[in-house]
Amino acid sequence: MGMTLAEKILVRASGRESVAPDEVVVARVDLAMSHENADLVRKSFLEIGRPHVWDPSKIVIIFDHRVPAESERTATTHQAVREFVAAQGIRHFYDVGRGGICHQVLPENGHVRPGMVLVGTDSHTTTHGAFGAFATGIGATEMAGVWTGGTLWFKVPATLRILVEGEFRPWISAKDLILYIIGRLGAAGADYRAVEFDGAAIRRMTVASRMVLANLSMEMGAKVAFTPVDNTLLDWLRARTPEPLEQVAPDPDARYERVLRIDAGEDIWEPQIACPHAVDHVRPLSALGDVPVHQAVLGSCTNGRLEDLAIAARILSGRKVHPRTRLVVIPASQQIYRDAMRLGYLDTLVAAGGMIAPPGCGPCVGVHQGILAAGEACVSSTNRNFIGRMGSKDSQVYLASPAVVAASAVAGKLEHPAAIVKESEPCLVEA
Amino acid sequence: MSGGSLKLRGAVRAILGDNIDTDIIYPGRYLNITDRELTAEHLFELSYPEIRAAIRPGEFIVARRNFGCGSSREQAAAALKFAGVGAVIAGSFARIFYRNCINLGLPAVIAPDAALACAAGDELELDLAAGEIRNVTQDRAIASARLDPRAVELITAGGLIAYLKRKHAA
Repeated sequence: MGMTLAEKILVRASGRESVAPDEVVVARVDLAMSHENADLVRKSFLEIGRPHVWDPSKIVIIFDHRVPAESERTATTHQAVREFVAAQGIRHFYDVGRGGICHQVLPENGHVRPGMVLVGTDSHTTTHGAFGAFATGIGATEMAGVWTGGTLWFKVPATLRILVEGEFRPWISAKDLILYIIGRLGAAGADYRAVEFDGAAIRRMTVASRMVLANLSMEMGAKVAFTPVDNTLLDWLRARTPEPLEQVAPDPDARYERVLRIDAGEDIWEPQIACPHAVDHVRPLSALGDVPVHQAVLGSCTNGRLEDLAIAARILSGRKVHPRTRLVVIPASQQIYRDAMRLGYLDTLVAAGGMIAPPGCGPCVGVHQGILAAGEACVSSTNRNFIGRMGSKDSQVYLASPAVVAASAVAGKLEHPAAIVKESEPCLVEA
Repeated sequence: MSGGSLKLRGAVRAILGDNIDTDIIYPGRYLNITDRELTAEHLFELSYPEIRAAIRPGEFIVARRNFGCGSSREQAAAALKFAGVGAVIAGSFARIFYRNCINLGLPAVIAPDAALACAAGDELELDLAAGEIRNVTQDRAIASARLDPRAVELITAGGLIAYLKRKHAA
C-alpha cells in the first residue's frame, strides 16, 4: 500500500515498517530550531536537570522576534541564551545582525534538507515543508524534552492533497492562492493534517513562492505542508549545502483523506485579502470598497523575500507612498537585505518614502517597528491579523500579497496593482 | 510542580466562541516574559480582561471549536494555568496549544457540545481518565473524549518537566 510523504518520513524516523493515520509514533528529530523563546526552552531544560543537550549540532537558535533588543527584559533573555549556547557548544547560533527571520535563515544556510524531521518552537515551522522536511511547530517545554532526548511523539496525520493547475492571472501570486484556499477551508480546515501541494502551477513556482504556501498552511491548522521535491528545489539547495540530497516523494498510490483541485486561472480572478480579525476571513479585493490604510508592511517569514521586495520596487519605482500612509519594509534576512541593496530595490523603496527596518519579525507580532494606534488600518504581507496582533486592539490588519501592499501604499487605500502600474505584467515569478 | 488530579470539580468561569486565538489568550507583546508564573497577569488582556480578574482557583474555561489557534507560544497555556484555571474544555483544540496544555499539566478536554451544554457559573465534575463531564447544576452529562493515555500520564505527573525529571532520576 502506498504512503503519503508524511507517512514515509515518519516510517523512517520511527524505525517502523508502516504507519497509518492516527497512530502514535516516536520519531527521532533531525533538527531542533528555536528563536528568542530558546530562553523558555532553556529554563525548562535546566529544570529537567540534564547536564548536556542531546546533540548540540542538531540545535539551531536564531534571534528574530525582537532584534535588536527593544527592551531591557529582552536584552536579558538574549544574554541568557547567548551564555547557554556557549556553555552547551551549540554552534549554529545566529545572533543579532547575523541572520534574520528563522524560517529564512534555516534554509538559506543549508540546515534544511528533504526527508528530515524538523521541529521548531514557532508555529510557522511548517514553512520547511517547502524543502521536503516533515516540519512542525511545538511548544517550549516540549522542545526541552527534545533537547534532552532527541525524540518526540507524533500522531501520524491524514493527508490533504491540493492539486493546482492552470495559469495565474496577472498580479496574482502564491499569497493569493493560499489565502483563497484558507478562505475556502477555514481556520481549522486542515487541523492536525498534513498537506501536500502539487500540480503544474506549483511546480512552476520559485522556492520562495512555495515557502509562502507551506508557511501559511499553518493558518488552516496544518501540522506539516509539503511542496514537491523537484529539480527547482534541489538546484536551490545544492547552492547552499554540500550534504547529499534525497528526492523524497509520496507514492503514486498513497491514500489521501481528501483531494482538492484548483485551477489557478479559473478560480482566482483577483487579489485575495484576509480581513480583520481572522486569516480565514478572506474576500476578493473588489468586494471591499474603499479601505484607507495608515500603514503598509512588507516583510515577515511569509513574504519578506527578494521576489517580494522586487515586485514592490517595481510598483513603487518613480512613485511616492501616499501622505496618509507609512510604508515599513523588512527584508527577511541579512542575505536578502544585501541582495536587495545590490539590486537597487531598497533605494527605490526608500526614495518612495518607505522605511527599511532590520531583518526580523518587525511589527508582525506586535512588539516594535510599526505598532498601530486605535482606529488605524494596516495592509500587510505578514501572516496573522488577529485582534491586537500589531498593536491596539482597535486597529485593523488586512493581509495581502506584496504587490497589493505596494499598490496600497501608493494609493493610501487597499488597491489593485493594476490600478497603479498600467501595463499588465504577470506577478508570479516563475522558477 | 506537583502531580495533577484526574477528577476535578469547579464552576464554569466563561464560555467563549470559535477560534479563540493565542493572541487573544496571551498578547505577543509579552512574549519576552519567560517566568511562567508572571504570564498570568496578561491572560486575555486585550479582549477579556474581566475574565482574568474574576477567575477563582479551579474554575473552567469553556469554548467552541479550534481553541488556541495561532502561535506556538507556551505562555498562552501557562497564563491559563497560573491564573488558576482548572481545565479548558472546548469543542476542539489547535494542536500546538493542546500539547502545550498537557505538557504544562493543564487538562485540556475535548467536548464537542460543551459550550451549548452549560452556562457560566454552572458547577461541573470532570473525570479525565473516564472521559466524563457532569453538569451538576443542570443535572446532565456532557459528551467528552477520554484523555489519551499519554496525556493522562503527563497530567498525573504534573507536566512534562516533572515526568522527565522522574524518568531520568529512575
